Amino acid sequence: MLELKSIYKNYNPGTVNEMCLFDDFNLIVPDGQFVAVVGSNGSGKTSMLNIICGSIQADRGEILVNGENITNERDYQRHRTIGRVYQDPSKGTCPSMNILENMSIADNKGKIFGLQAGVNHKRKDYYRDLLKSLGLGLEDKLYTKVGSLSGGQRQAVALLMSTMTPLEFLILDEHTAALDPKTADIIMELTDKIVREKKVTTIMVTHNLRYATEYGDRLLMMHEGSIILDKSGEDKKKMKPEEIMHLFNEISVECGN
Amino acid sequence: MALLISVLEQGLCYAIMALGMYITYKILDFPDMTVDGGFPFGICLAVVMIRAGVRPILTLPICFAAGCLIGVCTGIIHVVFKVRDLLAGIIMMTGLYSVNLRIAGKANLPMYDYYTIFDNKLMNSLFGMIPGLAGFQSVIILFVITIIVKFILDWYLKTRSGLMLQAVGDNDVLVTSMGVDRGKVRIIGLAIANGLVALSGSIYAQQQRYFDVSMGTGTAVIGLASVIIGTAILKKVSFFKITTSVVIGAVVYKACVAIAIKCGLQSTDLKLITAVLFLVILIITRDKKRKVEA
Repeated sequence: MLELKSIYKNYNPGTVNEMCLFDDFNLIVPDGQFVAVVGSNGSGKTSMLNIICGSIQADRGEILVNGENITNERDYQRHRTIGRVYQDPSKGTCPSMNILENMSIADNKGKIFGLQAGVNHKRKDYYRDLLKSLGLGLEDKLYTKVGSLSGGQRQAVALLMSTMTPLEFLILDEHTAALDPKTADIIMELTDKIVREKKVTTIMVTHNLRYATEYGDRLLMMHEGSIILDKSGEDKKKMKPEEIMHLFNEISVECGN
Repeated sequence: MALLISVLEQGLCYAIMALGMYITYKILDFPDMTVDGGFPFGICLAVVMIRAGVRPILTLPICFAAGCLIGVCTGIIHVVFKVRDLLAGIIMMTGLYSVNLRIAGKANLPMYDYYTIFDNKLMNSLFGMIPGLAGFQSVIILFVITIIVKFILDWYLKTRSGLMLQAVGDNDVLVTSMGVDRGKVRIIGLAIANGLVALSGSIYAQQQRYFDVSMGTGTAVIGLASVIIGTAILKKVSFFKITTSVVIGAVVYKACVAIAIKCGLQSTDLKLITAVLFLVILIITRDKKRKVEA
């Protein structure tokens, strides 16, 4: 279970550009829940993910995982049990290494990175099977440099890599936003499959309202640092993209744009 | 022939240093100026130790270890205190100048009457057995050492730790995602690189048989030039490992310098030749890149 307790975050404190994003922000995500988060730009979606992952520090407040306070843990310490896929496909893989080396690195996550052989060739068939499940024909390209793959292929590999080892959380930061609609659909279906199979607690930020309603058990809408819509279970299933779109427009009118 | 041997000797001496620069410049994307202090650091340490009666072969691992410590210092300045990469190196380079003088005791320290890894009883009798090989003694020994270092580095880069090192230069977000402290990986990389640089210095010391405090000036440029020649010009020859290309790059670079001197320039012009040649190489390789993009 993930708990964010009274999170405060100011950007550019002490300057004219000071912006208060989170003012007593609270969120509880139970184990195994798949949360989709929508919201306009600057609503604090990515900041929330960054605070969970430790990429930025909150000014005040606590982050608890299964009751344990991780607020003071460094980003790399938290990532030991967090898998994260970024919007930018190049962030989840190493472009100058081949698929095999990338998969090996991910496979060794959580182990000691010492002087053992970097690539365990006995695991090759396992990697091939994993890649085969993508259905992108990558299983025959183990020795291809990841840098020469397309964005969609890279994102698929990145998704596999971030979920290879046992995880507490999967954090998806607009992971389909940089892909063409067809590839985005493939990646989204794959994501759903992995989340269901591994029963991993997932927070997915997306701008795609269809994905937000179609996938996941819970829907959050954020606006100016607070949650203005929180639907789960049957309520969420009834939600339609049009309704969210409508809500979106209302907020914008309130803001005066 | 004498010229060829001298080029090979000089080139191979610098090749190990260039392998270190390959780690910092190409893998970590860190222009490491520490080298200008770390290379003469290895030289003076080796000279002082040999003069004190330490067995020449032992100076190599000791200098490697001492170089690693220097790399760790540069790494800590950069990673912990968040000083920019270039400045971190310059700070270390400047400080090491005085450290080197302290270690040596004076600006110039010869060791002509001492045994070295190239000139000792074992090697002399070994090479004495085969007639005609005496002239190649240093080159052959150097070649063997360089090959050994190259293979160890190749092996290391394939270990888990080595893969992480490559990953941190490639995409440090991924390293964090893997639950590994990217700062620590950078420090390890700098340690190995500077270890290689000091090792190279200790070998160079035994080839030159003296230490001079100014020996380090321009080392980083030589190293970078070797790496760039190795990686840019030999890129098309895909059956060479990059480490091999870097070694060849170092020899090619020394050959270019030797040719320039042969063409009538003075040995006092050496640093100018070094600098100009480096500039020319940078311009040539940049030009190629642009053509590919267009």
